[in-house]
Amino acid sequence: MDIEVVPSMWPEDIDSEKPYNIEKPRGDQDMLEEANAVRLLREELDILSQQRQEVELKKEILENFRFEEEGYGGDKRPISILDEVIDIYQDLPRRKKDDILGKTDMEIFSGVGVKESQDFKREVLEKGLPAKREITFETELFGKKIFLIYVEPVFSKSGETIGINYMGMDVTDQVRKREKMAKLREEMAVQKAKETELNKTIHITEETMRAKQMLATMSHEIRSPLSGVVSMAEILSATNLDREQRQLLNVMISSGDLVLQLINDILDLSKVESGVMKLEATKFHPRQVVKHVLQTAAASLQKILTLEGHIADDVPIEVIGDVLRIRQILTNLISNAIKFTHEGKVGINLYVVPDPCFGKAEGNHQKTGNAADGDKQEEPQLPETVVWLRCDVYDTGIGIPESALPTLFKKYMQVSADHARKYGGTGLGLAICKQLVELMGGRLTVSSRVNCGSTFTFVLPYKVSPMCDSSDDADDLSDMTDHDAATEDETAGYFLFQPRTLGSLFSSNGSTRTQKLLPHNIGYANSHKLNGLSDNPCSFLSHNVRSKETASVEDAYSTIEVADTLSEPESSFSHSSEPANENVACRSKQCQDYTNSQLQNPTTNSTSHTESRREVDARPKTTESQGSSEAQEKFETSSQCTSGSSPQVPTTKLRPKILLVEDNKINVMVTRSMMKQLGHTIDVVNNGVEAVHAVQCNCYDLILMDVCMPVMDGLQATRLIRSFEETGSWDAAVKAGIELCATSSNSLQDTQGSMPSRKRTPIIAMTANALSESAEECYANGMDSFISKPVTFQKLKECFEQYFP
Amino acid sequence: MDSVVQLQRQLVDYTASLFHEGFLDEQFNQLQQLQDESNPDFVVEVVSLFFEDSERLLNELAKALDQQSVDFKRIDAHVHQLKGSSSSIGAQRVQKVCIAFRNYCDEQNTEGCLKCLQQVKHEYSLVKTKLETLFKLERQVLAAGGSIPLPI
Repeated sequence: MDIEVVPSMWPEDIDSEKPYNIEKPRGDQDMLEEANAVRLLREELDILSQQRQEVELKKEILENFRFEEEGYGGDKRPISILDEVIDIYQDLPRRKKDDILGKTDMEIFSGVGVKESQDFKREVLEKGLPAKREITFETELFGKKIFLIYVEPVFSKSGETIGINYMGMDVTDQVRKREKMAKLREEMAVQKAKETELNKTIHITEETMRAKQMLATMSHEIRSPLSGVVSMAEILSATNLDREQRQLLNVMISSGDLVLQLINDILDLSKVESGVMKLEATKFHPRQVVKHVLQTAAASLQKILTLEGHIADDVPIEVIGDVLRIRQILTNLISNAIKFTHEGKVGINLYVVPDPCFGKAEGNHQKTGNAADGDKQEEPQLPETVVWLRCDVYDTGIGIPESALPTLFKKYMQVSADHARKYGGTGLGLAICKQLVELMGGRLTVSSRVNCGSTFTFVLPYKVSPMCDSSDDADDLSDMTDHDAATEDETAGYFLFQPRTLGSLFSSNGSTRTQKLLPHNIGYANSHKLNGLSDNPCSFLSHNVRSKETASVEDAYSTIEVADTLSEPESSFSHSSEPANENVACRSKQCQDYTNSQLQNPTTNSTSHTESRREVDARPKTTESQGSSEAQEKFETSSQCTSGSSPQVPTTKLRPKILLVEDNKINVMVTRSMMKQLGHTIDVVNNGVEAVHAVQCNCYDLILMDVCMPVMDGLQATRLIRSFEETGSWDAAVKAGIELCATSSNSLQDTQGSMPSRKRTPIIAMTANALSESAEECYANGMDSFISKPVTFQKLKECFEQYFP
Repeated sequence: MDSVVQLQRQLVDYTASLFHEGFLDEQFNQLQQLQDESNPDFVVEVVSLFFEDSERLLNELAKALDQQSVDFKRIDAHVHQLKGSSSSIGAQRVQKVCIAFRNYCDEQNTEGCLKCLQQVKHEYSLVKTKLETLFKLERQVLAAGGSIPLPI
C-alpha cells in the first residue's frame, strides 16, 4: 500500500485532516515490518524531543547571561564572579571564604594589580584567546601576593565573546622561589667565572714562578762550570803562551766574562722580580760613588769622550742606601751612555729634589736650590730624615727614537734588531735598573732626542743619619774608598775625565793606568775577529799593564806577563789587538770591581796601583813600585824567554839542577827547549865521560841520560855514578879512565854547595827502544826510570813530576 | 785582509798534507809547541840544525860505504844518529828508512846498506824540500801581517 510520507511527526505538523494511511496488517510479516517502522519512528521522536530540551536549556542560560549584561549596564566590563576558592593550604578562614564567595572581583580586591588584571581580562575578551599571566597584587585582602591568572573567554552561541572565566592561583611562594633560584644561579655563574679566572691566574703565576725558578737554578748551574772555565782560562793565561794562543785565550776570557755577567744580570733580574732581592742599607758617600763609576768607565774608555760628574752642594756627604745596587745602576746607565755615544760627552748630575710624591703629577722633578735635607718629608716619626736625590745620566749620543721609548725598559727589548746586532748587549740592563730603582722606592725615566743625546733620570730616597759624620765610619766605607781617597777633598763635587792624548799614554814608569785610544770598533771581543786582523793603526803598548808591583820572583807567571807586555817592540797587528782584548777582558770585570787609580793625575808618579784584575784581587795591597828599573830587572832575571844561551837562574835553592847527557845536537836542542817550557834550565854534556865529570864537580838533582853515546854510553856512566854513590869513591871511574875533577879528590871535603853528595841522584834513561837499550837493562845498570825517544813534552813533564812533585 | 787568510789557509792545508803523507809526525807538533814569543824561530832553528847534521851524516855514510872494507859499526853509529835526529823532529819517513838501514848494518849487508842510503837520501831531500816550502809559506803569512796558526 502506499504510505504517504509525512514531513513531520509533530502533532501540529501532522495534518489532521489528511488521512493517513494505516497499513493493514497482512499477516506476521507485515506485522513485523509495521512494528519496526513504528519503533523507528518512536526513536526519532525521542531524539528530537531531547534536542529540544537542550536547546531550551541553552536558551535559559543565555537569557540569564543576557540578564546580567543588562543588569550591569551592558558596558561589557570584564567582571569576574568568584565562584570558588580552592584553598589548598587552608589559609583562608571559613567565614572569609563565605564572605567573598559570590562577590565580584572588584568587590574583593583593590590595590595594586587589580587594574592589570582588568586589562588582562579585557585583552582576552578582545583577542578571544585564553591566556595566563602572573600578576602581582597587593590588596588588603591578601596582602602582597602573586597570582597566576588564567582567563578564558566565554562565547555565545553565535560566537560572540560575552564574558570570561577567570581563575587565580596564588603562586607567590613559587615565584619567590623561582626568583631566588634564578639569583642563585646567577651568583653561581659569577662565582664560577671568577674561580676560573682565578685558577687561570694562579696557573699562569705558577708557571711563571716555575720558569723563573728554573731560570735562576739554571743560571746558578750554568754559572758554576762557566766560572770554572773562566778560571781555568785565567790560569792558562798565566802560563807560557805564544802570541796566537794568548790572543785566543783573551777572547775566551772576555767572552766568558761577558756570559758570566749576563748570567748575573739574569739572576739579579729574577731575584728582583721574585721579591727575593734584599736591599742593604749602608752608609756611603755619593760623591765617591759617582767618581768611582766615572773613573772606572774612563779607565776602559776606548773612544774619545769626555766624562764628567757634577754633584750639587746640597747633596749630603753621606747617605744611607744600597750602595752596591746604586753603583750597579749607575754603571749600567753610564756604560749604555758610552756605548751609544761616539763623540761628545757623558756625564752624571746629582742633586737634591723635594719629595716627588709619585702619586701626584710628575712635574716635581725640579732642581731645587734650597738646602734640603729632607725637611719637607712627610715622615716625622723617623729619627732619620729622608732626602730625595735625583740623578741624571746624560750623553750626547745617538739618542732614542720616540717609538722605542715605551718598550725601553722592558726585558730583552732593544731599540731595534739592528741596534742589537750593532751594539750587542742583551737588553736586560735597563730592565734591571728599572726594577732596582722601583724596588728602592724611586722612579727611572728617560728623555731623548735622536742624534742629540739622551738623559736617563732616576730619583731615589735616601736616608740620612742625623748623626752623620763623614770623618769616621771608615769601616762602613771600606768597600768603597781606599786610603788615598780619604785624603781627598770629601766634598769635591765636580769630576772631569778628559780623553787622553797620545803622548801621555806611555810613560817610562809604566805603572800609570792609562786610557787607550783605539777606535771604538773594538767593541766587544766576541763580535770581533781576532786572528790578528784588527785594523788598529795605533798599536800602543801602554795598555793596562798588569800588576807590575806585585811581581815577586815566585810569581813567575805575572812577571812573564810583564815581560810579554814590555818586550814586544814590533808593531805587528796581531799584537795590538791583544791589549784590546786584555782590556775588554778587564773591562767587564771593572764594571764590577773598582779601581784605586787616580786618573785625574796622570803626571803624578802613582803610588799604589792595584789593578782589579782577577788574580790580583786576592792579593793584598802591595808595596809601591820602585820604578821601571826594578820592573825591568825583574823581567830580565826571572824571565826565561831567552832561547838557548846561558840562562841565569835567580835562586839556586829553588831550582833543581838538571844534567842532560846527550850526544845528538838536535835532541839536545829539543830537550832543552822542553825543559825550559817546564821552567827549568839544564846543563848539557855529550857523553858518559863528561857526565861523570859533571857529576864529580856538581851536585845534580836529576840526570837525563841518553843510552847510546860515543866514547862512553849511558849505561856505563850510570854504573860509575852509582858506584860512587854507594862506595864514596871514584875508583871505578878512574879505572875506566876518567880523570877526576880537582875538587872531588876527597869525597868528603866540604866544598861549597857543589860537593858531590852521595845521595842517590835520579837517573832517567832516554832510550830509543833498541834491543840494547831495553828497560831491564837500564834498571840493571842503576837507572831509575826511562823515557823513550823521541822525547815529548808530556813525557818529560810526567817524569819530572814523579821526582819533583 | 783576504790574502792573509788565504795564505794561512794554504799553510794549514800544506802542513796537514805533510802529516797526511807521512812526511811529518806528531813530534813535529811538539816542536811547534815549543815555539813562542821567547823562542820565535825555534822550529826553523831546529830543522836547520837537522839539515846540517843530516847532510854531514849522509856524507859520512856515503864515504863509509865507499870503503873497501866497510865499517858497519861506524855506519850503524851514523845511522843511529840520523835516526835519532829525524825522530826528534818528526821526519817520520826518514826515520823509518833509518830503521831498515840499521837492520842491514846488523846483517852487514853492503848492498842493502847502499840501497838504504839511496832511499834515505831520497827521503831526506824530499822532507827537506817540503819543510823549506813550509817555512816559506810561514814567512809569507808573517809578511802579510798574519800569524802562524796553531797546529791542529
